[in-house]
Amino acid sequence: MKVPLSWLRDFVEVELEVDELARVFDDLGLVVEGVQRFGEGLDGVVVARVSEITAIEGADRIRRVVVDAGDGEVEVVCGAWNFSEGDLVPLARVGAVLPGGFEISQRKMRGVLSNGMLCSGRELALSEDGEGILVLGEGAVVGTPLAEALGIAPDVVFDLAVEGNRPDALSIAGVARDLAARLGLDWSVPPLPAPLGDVAEASAEEGCLVKEGGETDVTIRVECPQLCDRFGAWVISGVAVAASPAWMQRRLSMAGMRPINNVVDVSNYLMVEIGQPNHPYDLARLSGRGLVVRVAEPGEKLVTLDGVERTLGLGYDSRPGPADCVIADAEGKVVGIAGVIGGASSEIAEGTCEVLLEVAHFDPMAVARTSRRLRIRTEAALRFERGCDPAAIETTGERFVRLLAAISPKGSRLSVTQVSTALGERPSPRRVLIRVPRVNAILGTDLKAEEVSAHLRSLGFVVDEDGADGGRGGSGQVGDSGEVLVVEVPTFRPDCEREIDLIEEVARIHGYSRIPRRALLVPRAGGLTAYQRERRKVRQVAALALGATEAWTPSFLAPGDHHRAGLAEPEVVVANPVAREESVLRSSLLPGLLAALSRNVSHRNADVILFEVGHVFERAKGSSPAVPDEREVLAVMCADASGSREGVMAAVRAWRVLEDALGLRGVEIRQEPVGGLHPGRAGRLISRGDEVGVLGEVHPAVAEAFGLPGRRIGWLEVALGWESSGGRSSEEGIGILSSVPRRPPEVREPSPYPSADLDLAFAVPEDVPAESVRRSIENALGSAGEWVVLFDVYRGAEIQPGSRSLAFRARVALPDRTLTDADLADLRARAIDAVERETRGRLRS
Amino acid sequence: MSERDDLLAEIEAVSGRLAAASPKSAQEARAIEKDLLSALAVIKKKLASLLPEERRHVGAALGEAQRKVIETVAELRGELEREEEARRLASEWVDLTEIVADPWPVGRLHLVTTTRDELEDVFVSLGFSVAEGPEAETDFYSFEALNIPRDHPARSMFDTLFLDVGGEELADPSQSPFLMRPHTSPVQIHLMEEQGPPIYAVMPGRTYRRETPDARHLATFHQIEGLVVDRTVTFGDLAGTIEVFTTAYFGTGVHSRLRPSYFPFTEPSAEFEITCTICSGKGCRTCSQTGWIELGGCGMVDPAVFAAVGIDPEEWSGFAFGFGIDRCAQMRHSIPDMRLLIANDVRFARQL
Repeated sequence: MKVPLSWLRDFVEVELEVDELARVFDDLGLVVEGVQRFGEGLDGVVVARVSEITAIEGADRIRRVVVDAGDGEVEVVCGAWNFSEGDLVPLARVGAVLPGGFEISQRKMRGVLSNGMLCSGRELALSEDGEGILVLGEGAVVGTPLAEALGIAPDVVFDLAVEGNRPDALSIAGVARDLAARLGLDWSVPPLPAPLGDVAEASAEEGCLVKEGGETDVTIRVECPQLCDRFGAWVISGVAVAASPAWMQRRLSMAGMRPINNVVDVSNYLMVEIGQPNHPYDLARLSGRGLVVRVAEPGEKLVTLDGVERTLGLGYDSRPGPADCVIADAEGKVVGIAGVIGGASSEIAEGTCEVLLEVAHFDPMAVARTSRRLRIRTEAALRFERGCDPAAIETTGERFVRLLAAISPKGSRLSVTQVSTALGERPSPRRVLIRVPRVNAILGTDLKAEEVSAHLRSLGFVVDEDGADGGRGGSGQVGDSGEVLVVEVPTFRPDCEREIDLIEEVARIHGYSRIPRRALLVPRAGGLTAYQRERRKVRQVAALALGATEAWTPSFLAPGDHHRAGLAEPEVVVANPVAREESVLRSSLLPGLLAALSRNVSHRNADVILFEVGHVFERAKGSSPAVPDEREVLAVMCADASGSREGVMAAVRAWRVLEDALGLRGVEIRQEPVGGLHPGRAGRLISRGDEVGVLGEVHPAVAEAFGLPGRRIGWLEVALGWESSGGRSSEEGIGILSSVPRRPPEVREPSPYPSADLDLAFAVPEDVPAESVRRSIENALGSAGEWVVLFDVYRGAEIQPGSRSLAFRARVALPDRTLTDADLADLRARAIDAVERETRGRLRS
Repeated sequence: MSERDDLLAEIEAVSGRLAAASPKSAQEARAIEKDLLSALAVIKKKLASLLPEERRHVGAALGEAQRKVIETVAELRGELEREEEARRLASEWVDLTEIVADPWPVGRLHLVTTTRDELEDVFVSLGFSVAEGPEAETDFYSFEALNIPRDHPARSMFDTLFLDVGGEELADPSQSPFLMRPHTSPVQIHLMEEQGPPIYAVMPGRTYRRETPDARHLATFHQIEGLVVDRTVTFGDLAGTIEVFTTAYFGTGVHSRLRPSYFPFTEPSAEFEITCTICSGKGCRTCSQTGWIELGGCGMVDPAVFAAVGIDPEEWSGFAFGFGIDRCAQMRHSIPDMRLLIANDVRFARQL
C-alpha cells in the first residue's frame, strides 16, 4: 500500500518527521518497506516557452529547440516531438540535479550546444509518463520555478506492508485512522478531496450535480445473493471523458496507479482513498440497459481489461465446477468478473457519456478463489478477498459523483440516478464483549477499563461503558477491573469478530513495547529425549570416527533418479512441483548422496566420505490414500579411488563402528542381493527379524550411471527409528535407536587371573559366513571367553576349492582361578566341536 | 719376591690396565670390565696357596681392585651411554610439521545441524523439551487446526507443495489432503493433542515451500518453533522469553523487540526483530539503517487453535514463536548465498 503523506494529511494533521513517522507505522504493524520522495529535485527547473524548433543537419531523432526562460533565450537539444512552438515546457537549467540524481550539464550534440534539458513527467518524478515532454497548461508564468507554477510541494510516499487481516488499512483513510489513534490526533474524512485548486473551483461554478428522482430504465438483478449481498448502482449521464487534473494524476501515480481518464481515475482514487473498489461501465456499450450478477456458465469467455481472454467456470482440470461470480449485461453477456476485473468491451473510453457505476460487496472467499485460479491479482480483488466494508456502498457512490463533478471540464453537467433495486440491507455493526481482566490476563498488563475503551474508541469502535456490567445506570463512571465492555465493531473491521481480536487492537494501540516483559519461569526440567541424544551421538560417530562430512540432499528427486540408483520408483510425488526435477519424494538417501558425491568428484574432491541423517518416505500401506510412511535414516557413503574391496570394506567397517559406538546387540548381516548394490557385496541388517538397514558396495552400473565409473563406493543406510509427536503406526518405530537391543546395563568384573589365547584355524565352505563360525566359538567358550576375533583369511593350494581357511584367536580366562593345561585343552575341544557341529567348518591340522 | 708380592703386583697391573683404559663405547667398556674382572678372578684362584694372613691381605687388595673396576667402568659406561643416547636421539630428529597423516582427519557436521543443536541447547537450558514430527503431513495439521480453513486468503502466505499419494487423480493439486509441511506448526498441534498442557517445547525441523531457491531463500529449509501453554501465560512472558533467548544465543549486546503482525494461528501476533548483528544496532545496509533485523514471528495462541485441539482457552493460555534455523546460520557465518547449504561441497564444510 503506497501512501503519499500529503494525502494522509487530508485525514489527519500529522506533523512528524519522516523517520519518526516510519517508526510509528512499524510500531502499528504497518511495516514500512520503502520511503520514496517525489517532487524534490525541482530546483533549477523553470517554466519556459518554446520559441523556435529547427532540425539539426544529419540528425533525424533530435532537434534544436530555443526556449524563452524569462531571462533570455536558451538553446537546447531535445529528442521529444510532442510539443510545438509556443508551448510551455519545463526547462532544467545547467547545474540542476533531477530526482534520479542526474545532473544537467552543458553538452554538445551534433555540433549544437545544449544548455539545459526539457523534461518529461517521469524525469521530474511527477508522473509515470516518460513518453514526451511535460507540456504545461496556459497560465503558467515563464521563468517561474516549476514547483511554484504547478503548486507542487515535495511529497513523501510510504510503501506499507499491510497484513492480511487489515483490509481497512488498504486505504489512505484506514492508515490515517491508525495513525490518529496512536498519536491521539483527530481523524476526519475530507469533505471533498483537497487540494482541488482552481480547477475544482471552476467546475463547482459551471459543472453541476443533478439528482433525478429515481426514474431510470436501468435494472440490476442479483441471481446469486450468497456471492453478492449488496449491489449499488448509479447512472451518471452528461459525462465528458477527459484527462483528470494534474493533482489527481500525481496522487494516483504516487500511489502506484496509472492515470487513464477522469472517470477511471476517480474510480481508482476512491479505491485508494477509502478502500472501496468500484467499477464504471460505459452504459452505451452494454447490451440492454442493466446488469445481472450471476454464476458463470462453465466455459464462458470474457476478454478482460488487460486484453486477455479468460475462460470462466472451469476448475484447474478444466472440468466445470467452481462458482465464479460474474457481472453480465441485460442480455446475459458477461462484462466483468465480480470483484476481480472488468471486461474490455464496456471500458470507459473517449466517447463515453453515460456511466453505470457499480459499487458492490462480494463474498471474500469467492473472489479469492476466482482470482487465484485465474491468476489475476488486481487491487480490487486484493481488497474484496480481505473484506470490504459492506456499509460503505452508499457513501462511495455519492463520493464518486461529487468527485467526478468536481474535476469535470468546465460547463459539463452531470445527472445522476441511483438504482436501488439490488442494494440490499445495510448491515449493522457487530457487538462484541470484552472483559478488562481478560485483556490483562492475555497481555500481562494492568490496563484500566478507561484505557481499554479509549484505545478502542480511537479506532472508531463504539464502546458502551455502562453496557453489560448492568445496574450502574447512567453514571458514566468506568469502574473497577471486573468490568465487561460492550463494543460495537464498525463494519470496516471484519477482522474483529471476537474478544481476542479486540485485545489485539488494544495491544496494538497501547504499543507492544509498553507491555512489560516477564522472565518465564518454567516449572519443569527441559531436556532432549534419549532418541534425540543418541541421534546426536550417531552424527558425532559418523563425523569423528568415520571421518564423514554431513550432507543435506534434496527430499525431492527427478523421475527416474531412483531407478538409476537401482531402486523402485516411489509412488508418492508432488502434485504441484516447481519443476519436474523436484517432484518425486525420496524413498532412500542413495540417489541424492550419489549425486552429491558425483558433484564433489567433479570438483576433484575424490576421496570423500559423506553422511546424511534425513527422512525417507514410502506410500502408506493399505488401499485408501493416506499420509506417506516416514522414517528417519542414517546413510554413509564412502568413496575410495583405489582397492578392489575398499568400498565394501568401508561400508562394513562403518557399520561395525556404529554398532560398537551405540552398543547395538544382535544385529545380523544377512548377505543377499539388495537393490542398487553389488550382488555379491550386499546384505541386510536384521534385528529380531526386522530389517533395520542395508549395507554393501554400490553396484558398478549404478556408480557409472551417476558419473562415477570404476569407483568402489561403500554404502550403509540404517533406520534410526521414529520418535515423533505425530507418530503413527508402531511399525514405524523400527530402527537402531528405537527397536534394536542395546548392550546390557549390567557389567562383569574382568578376571584377575592370567589369560591365555587359543588360536584355531578352520577350513570353512565359502557359503558359511565367517561370523557364524566366530559366534559358534564365542558361544562354546561361554563365560571363559573374553573375546573371539577373526585374524586371518587364507585361500590357496592347501585348502580345497570352495572353502577358505579362517583363523580365529580367542582370549580365555577363568573368573576364579588360573587356567590349567587341562582347562585350555577342554576349552579348545569345546570350541572345535561346536564349530564342526554347527557350521561345516573343519579344523585344519 | 714372595708369592704374595707377585700376586699384589699382578693386582697392581690390572689396576694399571684399568687406569689406562679409555673405551670408545659402552660396549667396549663392558668388554674391558669383563676382561679385567676375569684377570682378577684368575688371581683369586691363586689365593688358596697363600698363608691365611697373606691371603687376607691380598684378598682385601683384590676386593678393592674388583670394586674399583666395577665402579670405574660403570662410571665410564654411564657417560658413554649418555653420549650415545644423545647421539641417537639427535639422529632421530623429525620435523613435526612434515607428519601429515590425513589432511582431513575428521568429518564435519552440517552447519544447519550445529546451528539447530545450539538453538535446542539454549531452549533446553530454559526448561524446554524438544518435539518433532513428520515432514509429510495432512491439511488438517498444517492448516485447518491452525485456523486456516480452505480458501482462507492466509493460505497464500504458504506456497505449499501438495502430495499425490496415488489413488484417485487430483483435479486441483491444492485440494489434496496430503502435503509437505510448510512450517513446523503441525508438531504443535500433535503435541497439544497428545500431551496436553502444560507444554514448554520447541519444534525444530525441515519444512518445504513451493518456491524457486535464490541467494536468500531455499525451497527446503529448517525452522524452529516454540510453544508454551500453561495457566496465566501472557504476552509479557512471550516478550520476556524472546529477549532471554536473543541474548543467550546472539550475545549480550543483542536485544529484541516486537511489532504487530498477523498470523492466523496467533493473536495478538508479532514479528520479532533483533539488534542488527552486522552494525550492532547503529544502522547499516543490511538492516536498512534501522538497526534491527527481522528474525521471526510470534504471538499468543489463537483461541481457535485451542478449540481445534480441545484445550479450554479460558483455563489455559499460551504463546508460540518461530524462526529460520538456516537464517540464524547465515547471520552467524555471513553466508553469501543460501544455496551453499545444499551444495554439499566438502570444500565448504571443511571451513567450518
